[in-house]
Amino acid sequence: MSDKTRRVVSVLVENESSVLSRVSGLFAGRGYNIETLTVAPVPDTNRSRITIVTKGSQRVLEQITKQLHKLIPIHKVVEHEEMVEKEMVLAKFPITESLADIQALCDAYNGEIVNVGSDMIIGMAADEPIRIKHFIEASSRYNPIEIVRGGVVAIER
Amino acid sequence: MKMNGARMVCEALIAEGVKTVFGYPGGAIMNVYDEIYKQDGFEHILNRHEQASVHAADGYARATGEVGVAMVTSGPGFTNAVTGLATAYMDSIPMVVVSGQVPLSLIGTDGFQEIDAVGISRPCTKHNYLVRELSDLPRIMKEAFHIARTGRPGPVLVDIPKDITAEIGDFVYPNSVNIPSYKPTTKGNNRQIDKAVSAILKSKKPLLYIGGGVVLSNASDLVRKLADMGGIPAVETLMARGVMGHSNPLLHGMLGMHGNYSSNMAMSETDLVISLGARFDDRVTGKLSEFAKYADVIHVDIDAANIGKLVAVDYPIVGDVYGVLEKMISGLEGKIKPDRYANWREVLERYNTLHPQSYRDSDEVIKPQWAIERVGELLGEQAIITSDVGQHQMWTAQHYPFDRPRQWINSGGLGTMGFGFPAALGAKRGCPEKTVINFTGDGSILMNMQELITASEYKIPVINIILNNRFLGMVRQWQSFFYDERYAETDLSYQPNFKALAEACGGIGYDVTSKEEFDAALEDAIEKDRVAFINVAINRFENVLPMVPAGGALYNMLLDDQQEEK
Ligand SMILES: Cc1ncc(C[n+]2csc(CCOP(=O)(O)OP(=O)(O)O)c2C)c(N)n1
Repeated sequence: MSDKTRRVVSVLVENESSVLSRVSGLFAGRGYNIETLTVAPVPDTNRSRITIVTKGSQRVLEQITKQLHKLIPIHKVVEHEEMVEKEMVLAKFPITESLADIQALCDAYNGEIVNVGSDMIIGMAADEPIRIKHFIEASSRYNPIEIVRGGVVAIER
Repeated sequence: MKMNGARMVCEALIAEGVKTVFGYPGGAIMNVYDEIYKQDGFEHILNRHEQASVHAADGYARATGEVGVAMVTSGPGFTNAVTGLATAYMDSIPMVVVSGQVPLSLIGTDGFQEIDAVGISRPCTKHNYLVRELSDLPRIMKEAFHIARTGRPGPVLVDIPKDITAEIGDFVYPNSVNIPSYKPTTKGNNRQIDKAVSAILKSKKPLLYIGGGVVLSNASDLVRKLADMGGIPAVETLMARGVMGHSNPLLHGMLGMHGNYSSNMAMSETDLVISLGARFDDRVTGKLSEFAKYADVIHVDIDAANIGKLVAVDYPIVGDVYGVLEKMISGLEGKIKPDRYANWREVLERYNTLHPQSYRDSDEVIKPQWAIERVGELLGEQAIITSDVGQHQMWTAQHYPFDRPRQWINSGGLGTMGFGFPAALGAKRGCPEKTVINFTGDGSILMNMQELITASEYKIPVINIILNNRFLGMVRQWQSFFYDERYAETDLSYQPNFKALAEACGGIGYDVTSKEEFDAALEDAIEKDRVAFINVAINRFENVLPMVPAGGALYNMLLDDQQEEK
């Protein structure tokens, strides 16, 4: 039906145990999509920041903001389109792959080699979500054993 | 003052002015019951099922406008209460439910009667709390009442572990609430209100679409005033019956699936919907793309999330209907006359003459609509009317002459069978001077019939009028219309002896098959002043009409004329 838009929703919440379940439960119960979700305390406050990447029609995106607002422990919902977004990814490669190539790949995506063991190499990248997708595509050439994405964090411009 | 957590709960309830608590004890809440025993600040009513306790608190709240209070134990006590919470949540009823929980040290261990009450009730409460520190308890109780009654009202659960109710600490009940993340918008944006006023002045065919929010915000007088100022026709949702008053010539009755023909035609032809505390429920709108197709929409609602959720809105106004209406009325003052929309009213009158709300009465058998109208004639404005869910609910909404808000109490959003009787108990406790009648079905009444004992013990003389079609009638109706008359599991011919049932529990029962018997039974029940079952044999195959088939457009109604006699 209507076109789906990607949206980053940044939610400032009271730092209490059930608040994440309230937010994720709201999304599940009302059938809203969650692509990524990250949560961490805001320094020097008793608040946390939940960053959610979602997709939906304009009506759904509007509902997400409004329904989030209704949750009692939620202070603020920011869903500007003007956000600086970063995502992190860790990738594990067999030791048989070229260390130099993997190093170069990580460099290209704001990353580095973070660990080299007897049988594997771990690299990381931190970049815009779309570039993280490219990093993962590019790393497929080096037979990655495992890839762990971190979810998006965002800040208003 | 030093006291245990259990006493703090009681002190908080007393400080909130609570007069009646409906509940049921058990292990995890026993400390609180021990303190209830010792106090005399409020009465406790022991329902015979936790679901009934919550519905009774709900009925109390709907009838009085105050926050209803229920109390249950952990585990099964709480899970029995969930239907009650969900019922209140869907209809935005202010309520506080206190539940016991296993001791903190046992949480998460699958302890005896442990269940994650906060997890289960999250989607069916406005907010909920698990109390983890005794020192938080007074603040949480204060917040619970505040959240329940402010903004868009709703039920709040306070789940309290048993060790917290036993622990002793200092009690100071806060006299104000400070929740920085909870500041409901109540005022309504002035610029938006001005624009809405201009839209009304420009409109040729405006229509007031009145929802339950008007009842909740006690704004009925203002709605009547606005309607009168401009002679603006009005329709009511199921939840708003009574707001305009049945004899008000501007009122076209209920709209929606079982609404009046003229109401649904009004909605289909209006050029300006003035929605007041209504939420465009699918049972109201029918097919959305055809709903109010030619209209701009003014939507006044305290819950921003209701605005634009289903229908595109041209004049969104987030705020309490009461305050918004005050401003709207002063904006319209002097600029609008009662004859302004006379042509439009005539059009609607013609629709009403064409297909008025009617039914075919009979001399052989009592028609349910007759019984409802008869009670209306005899008791009218004096009675509070509750109902269960099914055909009898729709007939009551269509045919009872409601005259004031809070006179009509039913489960609209969740549609909970079993709601009516316990809600009637609550309503009667809250408004003892009123006669309280529950219109129910032979299916629904069995879902909380244990309340006969409660009603007898506490002398709460509510009258249950069982419109007995020996069917789960509403489901049977759909089977007749849409399932080729395959009556799967809806035949209730196998019946209890309702008269004996009432009498076995200290109530009074009547079997009624004629109009004379009906009048006599009602009169006797009122005079005896005891809980009563009036079991009325009605014709089995009566249908609720008119009807918009689910998903159809409002203007495509099955009308009474097309009904074949069975
Ligand atoms: C708890 C619950 N279970 C099932 C339903 C579905 N349902 C809606 S109306 C209805 C029939 C009600 O029968 P009755 O109480 O006899 O009333 P009538 O329709 O015959 O007036 C049923 C089963 C419901 N609304 N609530």
